[in-house]
Amino acid sequence: MSKVSASGQTIGQSVPRVESEEKVTGRLKYLDDLRLSGVLHAKILRSPVPHARIRQIDAREAEKLPGVAAVLTRDDIVGNPAYDSHYGPIYKDQTIVASDKVRYVGDPVAAVAATRPEIAEEALDRIEVEYDELPWVLDAEEALAETAPVLHDKVEMRREGFADVGGIRPKDGTNLCNHFHLSMGDVEKGFRESDRVFENVFTSPSAQHSSLEPHAAVASFDGPGRLTVWDTVQNPFVIRDLLAEIFHLPLSKVRVISLNLGGGYGSKLYPKLEPLAAALALKAKRPVAITLTREEVFQTLTKHAARIYLKTGVKNDGRILARQCRIYLDTGAYAEIGPRVSKKSAFTAAGPYDIPNVEVDSYLSYTNKVPAGAFRGFGVSQSNWAHESEMDIIARALGIDPLELRRRNLLQEGSAAITGERLQGLALNECLDEVAAAVEWGKRAEPKNPSLARGKGVACLIKTTVTPSVSSALIRLNEDGSATLYVGTADIGQGSDTVLAQIASEELRIPLEQIHVAHSDTDYAPYDLSTSSSRSTFHMGRAVQLAADDIRKQLACLAAPLLGVSAEEVVFENQEVRPPDGSAPGLSYKALFMNIYGIKGINLFGKGLFKTSTKHKDGEPLTSSFWSIGAAAAEVEVDRETGQVRVVRYATAADVGKALNPLFCRQQLRGGAITGIGLALMEQLVYQDGLLINPNFLDYNLPRFLDIPEEIIPILIEKPHAEGPFGAKGLGETALIPAPPAIANAIEDAVGVRITDLPITPERVFLAIQRKREEQSAQAHLTKS
Amino acid sequence: MIRTIRMTVNGAPHEIEAEPWETLLEILRRRLELTGTKLGCDQQVCGACTVLMNGLPVSSCSVLGVDAAESEILTIEGLAAGGELHPIQKAFIEHGAFQCAYCTAGLILAVKALLDQMPAADEEQTRHFLAGNLCRCGCHLEILRAVRSLSGQPPQPEEA
Repeated sequence: MSKVSASGQTIGQSVPRVESEEKVTGRLKYLDDLRLSGVLHAKILRSPVPHARIRQIDAREAEKLPGVAAVLTRDDIVGNPAYDSHYGPIYKDQTIVASDKVRYVGDPVAAVAATRPEIAEEALDRIEVEYDELPWVLDAEEALAETAPVLHDKVEMRREGFADVGGIRPKDGTNLCNHFHLSMGDVEKGFRESDRVFENVFTSPSAQHSSLEPHAAVASFDGPGRLTVWDTVQNPFVIRDLLAEIFHLPLSKVRVISLNLGGGYGSKLYPKLEPLAAALALKAKRPVAITLTREEVFQTLTKHAARIYLKTGVKNDGRILARQCRIYLDTGAYAEIGPRVSKKSAFTAAGPYDIPNVEVDSYLSYTNKVPAGAFRGFGVSQSNWAHESEMDIIARALGIDPLELRRRNLLQEGSAAITGERLQGLALNECLDEVAAAVEWGKRAEPKNPSLARGKGVACLIKTTVTPSVSSALIRLNEDGSATLYVGTADIGQGSDTVLAQIASEELRIPLEQIHVAHSDTDYAPYDLSTSSSRSTFHMGRAVQLAADDIRKQLACLAAPLLGVSAEEVVFENQEVRPPDGSAPGLSYKALFMNIYGIKGINLFGKGLFKTSTKHKDGEPLTSSFWSIGAAAAEVEVDRETGQVRVVRYATAADVGKALNPLFCRQQLRGGAITGIGLALMEQLVYQDGLLINPNFLDYNLPRFLDIPEEIIPILIEKPHAEGPFGAKGLGETALIPAPPAIANAIEDAVGVRITDLPITPERVFLAIQRKREEQSAQAHLTKS
Repeated sequence: MIRTIRMTVNGAPHEIEAEPWETLLEILRRRLELTGTKLGCDQQVCGACTVLMNGLPVSSCSVLGVDAAESEILTIEGLAAGGELHPIQKAFIEHGAFQCAYCTAGLILAVKALLDQMPAADEEQTRHFLAGNLCRCGCHLEILRAVRSLSGQPPQPEEA
């Protein structure tokens, strides 16, 4: 591609979001702010029981209610040639409404579309459902027992799935949704050769993303065989593909539009309301809108609960010889994207360490809980909680500083990974050194109050991004020299519209204010896999660069004869083309068009396609097109009398390759850290008798202003990636992942207790301190007698 | 049982026909089409729907429209007088105090109520005052920076 030297005009600058003014004035429209004329409002009847066979559904009384336009039950979907009854991103285990069974409390059973939401709500009360209740199971490991009730008798694979999830299979007649195995070396031999072997179990509960904007969708069959869905979605193309499959339509006949989202964090990936809204719209022959209540959001998608068994063999000098990881992830009632989560969790389950003998088994189970899927960190925060906690257990047992133990084992450039490749571009040492320095590692602060204790902890991480994948971009250079970008990337708050505009601005030398990003409309944007996996800056940013290069080449060919130079010599500056030596004045893009064509109405299209592969150029395997690398250090204050933990100082580092917009990078780091602190200290979904009992913000605790540390120090490490735009890598998930273990490690440093179950509630800390005191006094008693 | 409710919204008097069970939020969003105010939790604990009622912050999801009769309501749409952004709005942009911004309208109005009551609010007062507003993107520290720039507290070092 032709080169433009970086001018520093926008790249590396903390420019505010392009839509800033709309956001602070309330003018920015989120989906539920729009009203389509003639739209019907839908409500969903949900299962009140965790597991049951549906004996009978009678919706006749609901249909009679004035204002009701359509009622959808299994009678509409089973055997209906208009669409497929079963769907799902990997396995076709979901139905639009329950067809034979319900599998969790909240499972959609029927839906009503009416002229007003209140009428739809009232109609739900008139639907009679008889259930034959079945035994249920809520634990991933118990679900694999032979005696466990089975949720799905048989699961069908989707025919054309995702490129990176080949080889994944459910086991029919069991709750095993997926088993992924990786190994390297010989772990048994490694354990035999070790001086010490450590075995621990770590758990983390299911949690909820808690996007403040609830899920919403508006579906309309608005042309000949043509479906349009306005959607709160992070991956509109995947929704388009699945809707086309379900409703037997060509891709050209499905349009999915995602507006700016009020947060995503993984919760708005893959179908949620779209198939239901579309099926209702088809039946009612009118557009249908659904917006979930907060309780329904909690019943829609969660983070995988995990139990992880770790066994680690080490030499007395701290060198790790072998590590065995057994991961049990709870995917709830439907697979969703769980199989990919379990795979990603496995890739880096042994941590960012150079270990000769590793074995990983990742089991994914169906249970009678709310489905679990993508959650910022995608299975890695669960496995990181385990290995980063165990590192400190080992360090304490061996009397080695936890930071030093990590340094002795970190992956180095060219280290062999369990995935079969030699790893490159790992700024692990830099990240760890920087966070440790930021919290004055090794220096102990004494609190004034004797009931308080202070401690410090670190944790580091490595994570893959989805590979292989595709992002493509289209740029239209308009008649006046301004530019419009067509991209599938959804702006979920991270600032992709701004960063992609910055890249185009830099590449085309067009002022930022003259660039518009037309985002995530599948009718106009070329294909993009998803806004997830920390992938957009790297992948879409690169696609935008390639599209800009395509424009530049076209401009150069047009301009060269006019400027009297060769196309390769044309220089781009200030929205102008000019000769390199200043022998002729610059010619604006607009003037160039007029000069060449002599008529208004000429614009140019540039296209860029970026596709990653699972092989390096030299043929070596490649698991991830880039690796997310980071570390965190926490200083905590623990109240011995109450178990209350306060994070007083926190530093978080990530290798961002190149900070295209440092403000946004810091926001990602601080924001990720804050969610990580929430997951560490307070967040968990609680089930009682098969029922999720805290599906709201009153009972589900989220970090608030009083829970946030005085300062979170974001540290941006810039090790340029050869393929990233200007060297940039993704960083959306990095900072969340190491927060829970960094905090648990700091707690042990402060009060000498090890918490292995998340969240680290005051009760858990208090009881652990009590237990330790009792053990110590029993020990003292023994010594005395 | 439609009622007529009189209230002043963003300085303009309104006579609104509404059901007695309609919340202030529903009246603002549906009847007056002021969609800048957002529904988050529907139980008065997330702050996304915060508006000022007679100068005080309320969760409009949990105030009945009839109970807001005869009151003065300020929503985010009414803050930028004459097209010029309010200093709080400017500070939110300058300090990067939002990402997805679904919480932003509520937070800006909560900050306005805070600074109206305590123009020199310190950090602790600010944290307590804003404890009812959630921000899941995690911009709390940037929001605190924005408030500090307006309350005359010593600023933190600039970030590039």
